[in-house]
Amino acid sequence: MQPIVTNALTKKFGSFIATNAITFEVKQGEIFGFLGANGAGKTTAMRMLCGLLRPSSGTAKVAGYDVYTQADKVKQNIGYMSQRFSLYEDLKVKENIRFYGGIYGLRNGEIKEKTERLLQKLGMEAEADQLVSALPLGWKQKLAFSVAILHDPSIVFLDEPTGGVDPVTRRQFWDLIYEAANRGVTVFVTTHYMDEAEYCDRVSIMVDGRIQALDTPRQLKAQFGAESMDDVFLQLARGK
Amino acid sequence: MRTIRFILQKEFLQIFRNKSMLRIILVIPIVQLLVLSNAANYEIKNLAIDVVDHDHSAWSQRLVNKLTASGYFKIYRHSFDRKAAFEDLELDKADIVLMIPPHFERDLVRENEATLQLLVNAINGSKAGLANGYANSIIRDFNQGIRTEWLAMDKHSGPAVIDVTYSNWFNVRLDYKVFMVPGILVALVTMIAAFLSGMNIVKEKEIGTIEQLNVTPIRKHHFILGKLIPFWIVALFELAFGLLIGKLVFSLPIGGSLWLIFLFAAVYLWVMLGMGLLISTFTETQQQAMFIAWFFVIIFLLMSGLFTPVENMPQWAQTLTWFNPIAYFVKVIRMVLLKGSDWGNIQSYLLIMLAYALVMNGVAILNYRKTS
Repeated sequence: MQPIVTNALTKKFGSFIATNAITFEVKQGEIFGFLGANGAGKTTAMRMLCGLLRPSSGTAKVAGYDVYTQADKVKQNIGYMSQRFSLYEDLKVKENIRFYGGIYGLRNGEIKEKTERLLQKLGMEAEADQLVSALPLGWKQKLAFSVAILHDPSIVFLDEPTGGVDPVTRRQFWDLIYEAANRGVTVFVTTHYMDEAEYCDRVSIMVDGRIQALDTPRQLKAQFGAESMDDVFLQLARGK
Repeated sequence: MRTIRFILQKEFLQIFRNKSMLRIILVIPIVQLLVLSNAANYEIKNLAIDVVDHDHSAWSQRLVNKLTASGYFKIYRHSFDRKAAFEDLELDKADIVLMIPPHFERDLVRENEATLQLLVNAINGSKAGLANGYANSIIRDFNQGIRTEWLAMDKHSGPAVIDVTYSNWFNVRLDYKVFMVPGILVALVTMIAAFLSGMNIVKEKEIGTIEQLNVTPIRKHHFILGKLIPFWIVALFELAFGLLIGKLVFSLPIGGSLWLIFLFAAVYLWVMLGMGLLISTFTETQQQAMFIAWFFVIIFLLMSGLFTPVENMPQWAQTLTWFNPIAYFVKVIRMVLLKGSDWGNIQSYLLIMLAYALVMNGVAILNYRKTS
């Protein structure tokens, strides 16, 4: 079973077609890069897959569940981290972890154990009792990612997770992503950084609501005769 | 249930960590009760009176003394000068002018009759009415005193006078504060429930965390209960706190059962919480939520009978109070505290509130969507 399967998934807002009949599949444990210029329809597509937005037509299955009829099942099985910071600034690091663990139905013992492991992995034991607002942005993002996969979802959706983060922290962030992928978590990530696109197993590029290219970064570069993913992206985005 | 517990835990952490929220919860009730109860007082004391005494007799002096001794009047100017008195009226320095004509005492003795003139500054109609009323009753009293004592006349000879005696039930000393404090408590808990709940939910939209919550398996009713229960508890705490202040500072009488008041408040608050929730479903920022809630609460408050009696309103406005939840609570809290009304007296109001709460929350829940 593929973690994400869509067929002609479409979302219209009035006469504007934000996402135009996109069809693709994402494989288990894969890091799937979802690229596109601002307004190309990435966020709309992602919101439909997460059960936040009802599609206008087409079908989509996420973690084996239908996004129309089994949105709650979908939600239980995915993790999500949005470009807008999603932790509570006025709660302590530990309290944020406990809250999100709790609402995903983790038992108290699990929450405690996972909290310890998570803080240790991020090297944040000393900050456990600090308010999130006191953390630097890069730390917040790493923490947000770790919290998003706290309940061991089979798929995690990352919406521009590294926006505004320095290169070193971005690199560390991607280490976390690799680690999750190695454990079999499917990663669906949108980004504007083309170097990050190179880290993905496969990349799709959306232009005006359609998927114009979908392949491994190596194949895409060969197909477009480009030096880098940057070139591929510019050719597609300009070629419209 | 477990999910709700985690949401409640988070909400309480956030409420108690927010310094301005703590101030709202603890300082506002004290300030509101102490300031408003004293300020929203319709009993008028210390009305400035100008006495223009052209007689300067022992009797005119006695009348003036009687006026000031009542506590309602304070002499602003005591003279022979009409013009100065008129000026005082014009400049708003005097509220009322008493003109005592020359030969007041002589006329009283000889002709058995004398005339006095009262000029009342009627810019503020109700104040003028009260000033007039107080002055009249004091003068009538004075008149009767004279008839019995000085003229050695029998009270009952002469023109018949119907003597009315008053007995004030439920608020014997006509203490206005005792009347206002319960109403102000209603205003207080209403604001907590209607403003804070809506703003709190909209805040999650503003900072973007609502989206994160929406991709979690949290169910709609978990989220809503988790959001509203904290403010329900805070508002009930406020009510207890306010009643305590009322008791300690104003010796507020508690005629009926406190349980009844809390039962009614518990139901009433869900109406206001539902309103906050409903507002939060169609607003995007805390300012919007605040302004819309303010709009409704201010109308409900002004039309509730808290400051002005509902009976004074035009018929259409009186009809509207049937739909005004605040009017019910103001009425019930006064009934129970001052009159000692019991379950039988308020149960119909409680049922109306219950229905109102169900409708309000029903509409709000229908309107609240996790998916767009």
